[in-house]
Amino acid sequence: MSEKEMPDMGVLREKYLRKGMLPTIFCNGCGHGSSLDYTFRAIEELELDMDKIVFASGIGCSSRIPGYINADGLHTTHGRSIAFATGVKAANPELDVIVFTGDGDATGIGGNHFIHAARRNIDITVILLNNFIYGMTGGQVAPTSPKGTIATTSPHGNLEGAFDISNLAQALGAAYVARWPVSYPYQPIKSIKEGIETKGFSLIELMSPCPTAYGRRNKLGNIQKLWEWYDDHTMLAEEYDKINDYGTEAEKAALEDKIKIGVFQHIKKVGFFEAYEEQIKNLMANDDKKWGGV
Amino acid sequence: MIEILDDWCKGCEICVKRCPVEALEISEIMNKKGVRVPRLKEDNKCHQCRLCELLCPDFAITVTKEEKEEEKECKLIIGGVCAD
Repeated sequence: MSEKEMPDMGVLREKYLRKGMLPTIFCNGCGHGSSLDYTFRAIEELELDMDKIVFASGIGCSSRIPGYINADGLHTTHGRSIAFATGVKAANPELDVIVFTGDGDATGIGGNHFIHAARRNIDITVILLNNFIYGMTGGQVAPTSPKGTIATTSPHGNLEGAFDISNLAQALGAAYVARWPVSYPYQPIKSIKEGIETKGFSLIELMSPCPTAYGRRNKLGNIQKLWEWYDDHTMLAEEYDKINDYGTEAEKAALEDKIKIGVFQHIKKVGFFEAYEEQIKNLMANDDKKWGGV
Repeated sequence: MIEILDDWCKGCEICVKRCPVEALEISEIMNKKGVRVPRLKEDNKCHQCRLCELLCPDFAITVTKEEKEEEKECKLIIGGVCAD
């Protein structure tokens, strides 16, 4: 990788954005725009050709993102973005496929697609924007909402436990799993870069603040407060594990409302399409022998 | 220099609050949505760390490099001041 300086935003805007679509429809303070910015910077650092990248998305706030990118994109049905992305990758394995999806889209409606794409280790990069709520439909409880969340469908507090998406992807053996809040810029950029480079299923979960649907109801309406909440309630995975192993009882009790962040998994694994091509090659060779071919 | 696309700004003030040297402030200028947009303070403290450009969710901020004036070599110094 060449150590050249990142061009300024004026250059990035011209290169990557469909300027006629902007300003974005996102609310004041929404983190989705920042996630898009980080993705551009990761692509810029990798020096990828935008004609060789396909963006896919489902339904939701986060899934509006491919509409702003000056590249090929699919805006698909609710929860099925990963299924469509698998199809794109199967048809043309040379393309880099990046999926933008939300927490409700990937784990609520499209939960099984997500699980099985991770299990098969399909070579796509999933950027999951987790805002803890169904934002676009008016703030219903999502599978990822933390306990006690006030939402339109849980006015007295959410009783269900939150869905830990990164933990699930780890258990399914995804090749790359990372989680970062959008309030730190450099770590997500690096993770998106590594995710695109990694062969196999990569999940980058970005915690993206939703001041309108989540913040306003949970006394975090001010974007500054929401960002401070992120700073106070996140902890690096290494630190978290250390306290979990060697900490005092009081320290361990404080871990309860902390969310782990960091790179959780980065392994080398044979992807589905590589294994598929290998199998076809083997079968063809045996088939030729069987029928006396060349 | 910090250039701001006024009409893309939504007024979240992330740039103002996260600036490490507090170089930005909310100005009196309004864009067409009625949002007061940020501007550099009069005493320009900007170090060009480009954090605001990175964090801005609306792609509205561009930090461009200021071309520094080349420092002239001083041949004669009297009392710590260049006498050329």
